Amino acid sequence: MADTTAHLEAHATGHDAASHHEPTGWRRWVYSTNHKDIGIMYLVFAIVAGIIGGLLSGVMRMELQEPGIQIFHGLAAMVYGVSGGEALDAGKNMYNVFTTAHALIMVFFVVMPATMGGFANYFAPLMIGAPDTAFPRINNIAFWLLPPAFILLLMSLFFEGAGGPGGLGFGGGWTVYPPLSTVGHSGPAMDFAILSLHVAGVSSILGAINLITTIFNMRAPGMTLHKMPLFAWSVLVTAFLLLLALPVLAGAITMLLTDRNFDTAFFDPAKGGDPVLFQHLFWFFGHPEVYIMILPGFGIISHIVSTFSRKPIFGYMAMAYAMVAIGFVGFVVWAHHMYTTGLSLDVQRYFVAATMVIAVPTGVKIFSWIATMWGGSITFKSPMLWAIGFIFLFTVGGVTGVVLANAGADRALHDTYYVVAHFHYVLSLGAVFSIFAAWYYWYPKMFGYMYNEFLAQLHFWVMFVGVNLIFFPQHFLGLAGMPRRYIDYPDAFGFFNRISSFGYYITFAAMLIFFYATWEASRKKRPAGDNPWGDGATTLEWTLSSPPPFHQFTTLPKIDSTNAH
Amino acid sequence: MAGIAKNHDYHMVEPSPWPFVMSAAVLIMAMGAIFWMKDWTPFVFFIGLAGVLYTMFAWWSDVIKEANQGDHTAVVQMHHRYGMMLFIASEVMVFFGFFWAYFDGFFRWDDVEQYARLAASGGAWPPTGVELFDPFHLPLFNTLLLLTSGTTVTWAHHALLEGDREGLKWGLVLTVLLGAVFTGVQILEYSEAGFSFAGSMYGATFFMATGLHGFHVLIGTIFLLVCLIRALRGDFTPERHLGFEFAAWYWHFVDVVWLFLFASIYVWGSWGVAIHH
Repeated sequence: MADTTAHLEAHATGHDAASHHEPTGWRRWVYSTNHKDIGIMYLVFAIVAGIIGGLLSGVMRMELQEPGIQIFHGLAAMVYGVSGGEALDAGKNMYNVFTTAHALIMVFFVVMPATMGGFANYFAPLMIGAPDTAFPRINNIAFWLLPPAFILLLMSLFFEGAGGPGGLGFGGGWTVYPPLSTVGHSGPAMDFAILSLHVAGVSSILGAINLITTIFNMRAPGMTLHKMPLFAWSVLVTAFLLLLALPVLAGAITMLLTDRNFDTAFFDPAKGGDPVLFQHLFWFFGHPEVYIMILPGFGIISHIVSTFSRKPIFGYMAMAYAMVAIGFVGFVVWAHHMYTTGLSLDVQRYFVAATMVIAVPTGVKIFSWIATMWGGSITFKSPMLWAIGFIFLFTVGGVTGVVLANAGADRALHDTYYVVAHFHYVLSLGAVFSIFAAWYYWYPKMFGYMYNEFLAQLHFWVMFVGVNLIFFPQHFLGLAGMPRRYIDYPDAFGFFNRISSFGYYITFAAMLIFFYATWEASRKKRPAGDNPWGDGATTLEWTLSSPPPFHQFTTLPKIDSTNAH
Repeated sequence: MAGIAKNHDYHMVEPSPWPFVMSAAVLIMAMGAIFWMKDWTPFVFFIGLAGVLYTMFAWWSDVIKEANQGDHTAVVQMHHRYGMMLFIASEVMVFFGFFWAYFDGFFRWDDVEQYARLAASGGAWPPTGVELFDPFHLPLFNTLLLLTSGTTVTWAHHALLEGDREGLKWGLVLTVLLGAVFTGVQILEYSEAGFSFAGSMYGATFFMATGLHGFHVLIGTIFLLVCLIRALRGDFTPERHLGFEFAAWYWHFVDVVWLFLFASIYVWGSWGVAIHH
C-alpha cells in the first residue's frame, strides 16, 4: 500500500541478533513457532494436495471427453476386481467419489491453506511490521491439524460408503446433503469425511483467531487500520468469516454424524426432522466460505496491480470497506444456493435482492483495479499478467453469478454445468490465479531467488488458454441443460465436452511448466535482491532482505504519521 | 527471552513439540471415534483422548511457566484477551447452529411442503407423544444454581482484586461446587426424560443443545477448578490473573447460553403442552 512509503526510522532487520538460537533440522519445521516457516509448510501442503485434487479432475475430464463410459468401469474393474455390469455400477460410484473428493480437496486443502495458511501467515505479519504472529504455537497446530484432516479424507476413499460391490468412498458431493450423506452412504467413508471436515475446521478457526489477534494487536507503531496494506485487510475480513462460519458447519456435520450413528432425527422427515435444515446450515457456512476463498486474492491483486502500475491503489478506503461489505453481506445471502428447495416466493425475493447487492462492492473493487492501472506506467511482468488474468476471469465468473442470483433463471440453471462454469471462473480461475500471482510476486521475497521470467509468462499464457478452454464451453453445456455430477451425457453434448477436456490437457502442460519453472529457479539461484519490483512495491516486506531474517523487526518499524496514503 | 536480542514486548515463543503431538493425538482420536461408532473397538479412541488430554496439560503448563517467567507483557496479555474473546465468539456460533435446528422444528412443524414430517410429528410441536419437562421444576432450580455461581465467581474476582486470598478461594470453591451440582441435576433430569436423543427431532435438538451446554459446564468447572488449584498454590496477583479472568468469562458465557436454553426450549417450548412429572 501507498501508505507504507513511510520511511523506516529504524531499519533493523536483526541479522546478527536473530541468528543465535535458530532451530535447525526437522525440529525447525515440526516444532516451528515461526510464521514464515509455517507459511512455507502451508504452501508445500497446498501444492501436494493440489496435485492430488488436480489429477482427480483429470480423470473426470478424460471420462467426459466422449459420450458413454470409457475410463471408470476399467478403473473399477482394476480396483475391485469386478466386471460387466458390476464394473459399470462401481465405475459410476467411483466417478461420484472423484467429484466429491476433488471439490473437498480443492476447497479445504488447496485454496484455503495456500491463501489463509501460506500467504497470510507469511506476509500479513511482514506487511504490518510485526516480528511474528500473536500465537506462534497455535499457528503451528493450525497447520499440523491439516495433514491429519487430509489423511482422514483420503482414508474415506478406501472405506465402504454406499455399499454393494465397488461402493467405496463418499460420492454425494462436497455439500454432503442428507439423505445421500446419511442413509445413502451408511458405511464409514462418510464418517471419515465428516471428521476430516471437523479437524480442518478446527484448524481454520485457530488460524483465524491467530491472524485476527495479530492484525488488531501487532501493527507497527503508527500503522492505523486505515494505513494498513489491503492484503492485511483482506486477511482480517477473511479470518472473521472463518471464525463465524466454520462453527456452523461443525454443528451441521455433527448433527449428520449423530443422525448416522446414534439414530437422531435432525434431517430425517420420517421422524420429524428436516433435510432442508441441513442445506440452510451448510450454506450459512458455505456462502461465506466462497468469500473466504476469494477475499485474500482481492488483497493480493491490489498490491500487484499497484506495484506494476507504479501507482498507489485507487480508492484505498473504498477497497478496504468493499471487502468488509462483501464479508458482511456474504452472511445473509446463503439461500440463493437453495432456490429449488421450495422456499417461499418472499424468501426467494429477499435472497435475489440481497445477492445482487454484493455486485456493488465487488464492482467497486474491479473498477478500482482498472482505475489504478489507468494512467500508470505498467510493466507486464508475470505477477501482473496473473493479476490482469484474475481481474478478467473473476469478472466473467462474477457476471454469471449475477445471472444465477435470479431465482427465476436459476430454476433452469440449478445444478447444471452453467453453475460449474460459474464457480470455476471465480475460484479455479479467480482464486487460483490470485495464488499464482502471489507466488510469482512473492517468490523472490520468500526464497531469495528470481525465477525465469519467460517460463513464468509461458506458464501464465498456457494456463490462461487451458482453463478458458475447460470452463468457457461449460456455460454452453449448462445453458443447453447438461446436469452436473453425471458420468455420462447425451451425444448432443459431445462437442463442447471434448473441447473442455482438451483444455484440461493444456492446463496440465501449464502445471508442468510451473513445476519446471520452480525447479529451474531453485537450481539457477539468481539472487533477487531486497526489492526486485522497484518503486511500485511500497509495503514493508520489501524493506527486508530476501528471504527475510529468521526473526524480522527485532526493532519495530515506525510508520510516519504525517505520511497519508 | 534467552538468546534473542529484541527491542519490543512481543513474546517470541520457543519451538514447541505440543502442536505436532496434539495433531497426531487428534488423528488417533478421530479414527478411534469412527472405530468405536462402528462397534469395532473403543480402545483407539481412548488412546487418542489420553494423548489429547496429556498434551493439553503439557501445553498449558508451558504457558503458565512462561507467564511466571515474565513473558506475558502488557501487549501479550492483550493478545490473550483477544484470543479468548474470539474463541468464545466461535463457540457462540456453534450454539447458533444448534439453536437454529431447534427453531426449525419449533417454527416450521406445520410446513405443508414437508408432509412426511407432518405425519411424523402429528402436526404439532413438540411432536405427538413427546412429554416435556416442567420448566419450573429442575430446570428453574438449575437456572438459579448457575445464576448464583455467576455471583460467587464475581465474589472470587473482587476478592482477588482486593488481595483477599481467602475470599478468592471460597468464592472459587463455591463456584466449582455449584457447577458440579448443576451437572448432577442435569444428569438427574436426563434420567427422567420422557423422550430420548434418538427417534425424534425434538429429542435430537433438545439433547444436542442442552448436552453440548452441559459439556461446556463441565469444561468451565474444570477450568475453574484449575484456577482454584493455582490459587491454592499462590498463583494470581491483584494485577496479574488472566487465567482466572478467562475462566470467569467462560463461565459467564456458559451461563448466558443456559439462559437462552431455559427461555426458549424449556419455557417457551413447553407453553401450553403436556408436562411430564
